[in-house]
Formats: sequence, C-alpha cells, structure tokens
Amino acid sequence: MATETPPPSKAEHQLPSTEEFEQVQESAEFAELRSAHRSFAFPVTVAFIVWYLLYVLLCNYADDFMDTKVVGNINIALVLGLAQFLTTFLIAWWYARYSAAKLDPKGEAIKSRMEGGA
Amino acid sequence: MSPEITLAAGEASQHRPLIITLFAIFVAATLVITVWAGRQTKSAADFYAGGRQFTAFQNGLAVSGDYMSAASFLGIAGAIALFGYDGFLYSIGFLVAWLVALLLVAEPLRNSGRYTMGDVLAYRMRQRPVRTAAGTSTIVVSIFYLLAQMAGAGVLVSLLLGITTDAGKIGIVALVGVLMIVYVTIGGMKGTTWVQMVKACLLIAGALLLTFLVLLKFNFNISDLLGKAASNSGKGSAFLNPGLKYGATGTTKLDFISLGIALVLGTAGLPHILIRFYTVPTAKAARKSVIWAIGLIGAFYLMTLALGFGAAALIKPDEIIASNKAGNTAAPLLALHLGGVDSNWGAILLATISAVAFATILAVVAGLTLASSSSFAHDIYANVIKRGKATEKQEMAAARYATVGIGAVSIVLGALARDLNVAGLVALAFAVAASANLPTILYSLFWKRFTTSGALWSIYGGLVAAVGLVLFSPVVSGKPTSMFPDVDFHWFPLENPGIISIPVGFLLGWLGTILSKEEPDTGKYAELEVRSLTGTGAH
Repeated sequence: MATETPPPSKAEHQLPSTEEFEQVQESAEFAELRSAHRSFAFPVTVAFIVWYLLYVLLCNYADDFMDTKVVGNINIALVLGLAQFLTTFLIAWWYARYSAAKLDPKGEAIKSRMEGGA
Repeated sequence: MSPEITLAAGEASQHRPLIITLFAIFVAATLVITVWAGRQTKSAADFYAGGRQFTAFQNGLAVSGDYMSAASFLGIAGAIALFGYDGFLYSIGFLVAWLVALLLVAEPLRNSGRYTMGDVLAYRMRQRPVRTAAGTSTIVVSIFYLLAQMAGAGVLVSLLLGITTDAGKIGIVALVGVLMIVYVTIGGMKGTTWVQMVKACLLIAGALLLTFLVLLKFNFNISDLLGKAASNSGKGSAFLNPGLKYGATGTTKLDFISLGIALVLGTAGLPHILIRFYTVPTAKAARKSVIWAIGLIGAFYLMTLALGFGAAALIKPDEIIASNKAGNTAAPLLALHLGGVDSNWGAILLATISAVAFATILAVVAGLTLASSSSFAHDIYANVIKRGKATEKQEMAAARYATVGIGAVSIVLGALARDLNVAGLVALAFAVAASANLPTILYSLFWKRFTTSGALWSIYGGLVAAVGLVLFSPVVSGKPTSMFPDVDFHWFPLENPGIISIPVGFLLGWLGTILSKEEPDTGKYAELEVRSLTGTGAH
C-alpha cells in the first residue's frame, strides 16, 4: 500500500514498454488520431484568440463604431461582448460533439489494444 | 434619507448578528463536510485528487467554485457599477480563456499526469530541475493569487461586519487562514472539492436571486436598465461604452491589450485549476467538467452584468465609492437596496449576499493552498528532495506540513498587505501563469524537440519577466494607487506585464531548446504523446 510512489514515468500499472509506445506513435492509426485532434484544436484556438483580440482592439480604438445603437440603449459594444459569450458556448459545444464522434473512438481503440496486449 | 452612506459604520453593525449567524452556519457546514471527507482520505490519490471519483458535473461545479473568486463576484460587479462597460471586459477574457483549457490542456493533462502540473511538465525531462521549476512557479502563482484573496478578505469581511480596528482586520485574515488550513489538512482534495461545490451553488443561487430582483425592478426591460444606469452614473452614454477605465491614454489602452492577453492565456496555466482535472476518472470526464464549467461560469458572468448595471442604476455612485473605493461592496449594497434599505428584507438580503461572498473567499483560498502544498509535497519534497523515494505516508505528511506553512505565510502577508492596494494581484497571477506555465505546458505536449533546458528557460524566463516587470511597474510604486505610493522606482509603464512577458516565455522556451546540445528523449515523448491522446496507462 505504501509503495505506490513515483518515479511517475516508470512502468506502473503495467504500462506498455517504451518500444510499444514508439510503435504506436509511428502507426498510421495514431497519426490519424493526432491529426484529427490537431486539425481541430489548433485552427480553432487561433480563430477564437484572433476574434477575441479583434474585440479588444475594437474596444480600444473604434469608439464611434462601438457606440452605434442597435435597439434602445443596447449598442454594438454590448452586442459584440455578448457575441464573445455566444461563440465561447458554441465552440465548447462543437468540440464536445467533434471529440465524441472523431476522437474518442480512435483513442479508445488504441488504448484498449495497448492495455489488453500488455 | 442617506444615513446608510457608509455600509461599514451604519448599516452593517446593525445587521451584524444576522451576518455573523449566516457566516457561522456556513463555516459549521463546511467543517462537517471536511471532517467527513477527511475520514475517507487514506491514500495520496485521495488527498491530492479526491480519489478521482467525482463526476464531470460535480467537478464542473467545483471548477466554477475555484474560479469564481471574490474578485470575480464582487470585483466585476463593482467595476461595472463604477466604470460601466469596462468592468464587463474582465469577464469576457476570464470566460474565453476556458477554451484554451478545453481544446489543448485539460484532457492531455488528465491522461498523462497524476497529482500536479509538474507531473506533465517533467514527464519527458530530467526530473529534478524541471520539478523544482514547476514547483516554484506553482507556488509563486498561487501565493500571488492567495495574497489578493486574503487581503481582500480582510477588507471585505471587516466592511461587511463593520469592523474598523486594525486588530479586527488582522483577526479576520487570521480566521480565514486558519479555516483554510483546517479544510486542506483534514479534508484534502475531497473536502476542498465539496466545499467548492457548496460554494458554487450558493454563489449561483445568490446571483440568480439578485439578477431576478434587478430585472423585476425594470420589468425585464434591459434597455431601460442600461439607460437608468447610464443616467444615474452621471456619465451618460459613455458609461455603456468601452473606455471609461482603460481608454484615457495610449498607455492605458496598451495596458488593456496586455491585460486581455494575460486573461485569455492565463487560465490554462493556473495550477489550482489544473489539478482539478485529476479529480475525475477519465479525460472524457475532464472534458465534460470543463464544458459544465464554461456553462456555469458564463451564466454567472452574464448575471454579474445585471448586478453591476443594477447597482449603477439603483445606487448613487458616491454611496458605492464611500463604502469601498474599488466598488467591491457594490453587490452587497445592491442587495440592501433591492430588499429595502430600512426593511428586514434588506437586512436579510444583505446578510445573505455577504455570507455568499465570505463562502467564496474561503473556498478559493482553500483551493489555492491545496495547489501549492500539493506541488511542494509531490514535486519538491517527494521528487526533488527524496528523489522519488518518499513513501505515500511521508508525502502526505509533507503536504500537510506544507499546508500549515503556506497558510501561516499567507496569514502574515495578508495581514501586512491589508492596507495595500492588492486588487490587481489576481490579474498578475494570470500574467505569471500565462508567461511561465502555459508555454511550457504547450511545448511539452505538442513539440517533439522540446528539451529540459527549453522547459527551464520558459518557466524561469517567463516567471522572472512577469514578476520583474510587475516589480518595476506602477502596480508597486510611483502612483497614488500603487502598493507603495510614497516611493517611485517604476520604469515599466504598464500595470500588466503580459504583452511582454508572455512572448518572452514562449520565445525562451524555443531558444533554450534550439540552443542546447541536449537530445530530446524521443522514447519518453512517444509515451507522453500516446498517453495524452489515448489515456493508455492513465491512473
């Protein structure tokens, strides 16, 4: 009970060997999983950061535009701020769907094979 | 008509018994939870990670509880009440930041680490130097954050209870410190997580109630609410536009960009948030807890908008400023006004919201203390000092001693800082996290060539750049609002260092890697990469 201590990287819980990890890392199946993750996560991250910075810059340097009234006392500034909330919710929802459909099945297949075969 | 101008002197003391009763009920309830959780805390995984058996929703609530500090609740509502639209800007950065955690950090971290941020940073590196660096930056970030909360707690609770003496304020800081030590040493992560959940529910319920009452006053017409806020603020339509706080000069505008970058990149490098992902059984549950957190935190920030503009519309700005210069008591004042200044309802609402604020502070400081003592025990004691040979029992004992030590340090610092202006420290904690931690986390996970020297350069480089720039910024000296207004050694013009220190952190990580002759450990990277994406061998 008291022996479950690090080093955290050495074989614990019958971790597959380094060679097995290297083989999997080089496999086409893993390459597909990696690219499925990166081709979603990287561009979307760049996109929402650019969109956020654009909003920050508009707040700083586009007074007249931001002041434009949309309905009653609600102006573009408020609408754009709320749009940041909306896009954040939408991206979270989109990623939840994407990962359940495209990432989880691939990841689980590799995991069960590696752990089962170890 | 306006004897209530100072909440501290007049109103609060007469509501004091009720407020104290509610505080006491919260403290008693959380202590019961803590003792109950402590009985189930047997292994290191229980202490550090709450046994990894929380559900995604429970952890989502707890993450929200950890994240929605008094600075968010009272600070943002107050900033909106005083500066209108500019107060809202904080909450946008705080929320969008969660997408970085969701898309890039939460799942890989859950899959490849065990207890701390250092587990992932040191995974494929030389253990001792990288663990030392990760532990150092974890403790620095957490202490920055903790100091802001502790000093804030002293000011706020004194104000709510009508305590004006120095001894009273120090007593409050000490009480908060002792409680957080008790929560963490006895309850560990399990107890802390339950405290966060209770607090998150209270906070959301309190905000919902106030939002409903504000909107009811304006017949759910948001345009009217905004119009009344603008006219009552005395600033007219400028109140509904960006610029009142940050738009004054070219420098303040640049400062706002710097702050924005730090907020959006800081969250995914905050150690007390990262260790929350270890409390759930799988990476998928970690992902779902982030999604819950985004929903809860987003909804909460939308409510602070109603609270801030509601306070601006219903309370004279002079009264808000008289109670607290930074507007930190705008939300409790709003509760008093919504219930009726001279009525029992007003007193009850004020007491309720004050108790919620108190709960918020206590829960957040407990989370921060746990993060720093975990990192001390697991990264520095077990892996650096004992070179990975500490027993589980020794490691947990070290974590408990570290908790007492960090608690004591933060009581002293919080008491010393009680009259300093520390409101900006939370934003600085974000800047340090974004400069030192985030680059290292991202390179570790996604860049095959990254090496030990790269990791050390980015952690220490980002840390020194961020803390150094703050030291020579107007936050510390040279302005009436500085921590030390009477001296002036500032040469860096911005209050937030992010715009410089974050690129420095990324750049140094890259430079340190390409300039060193060290070969990356490709076998270990294969392990880390496969584990982080598939969860193979995850605990």
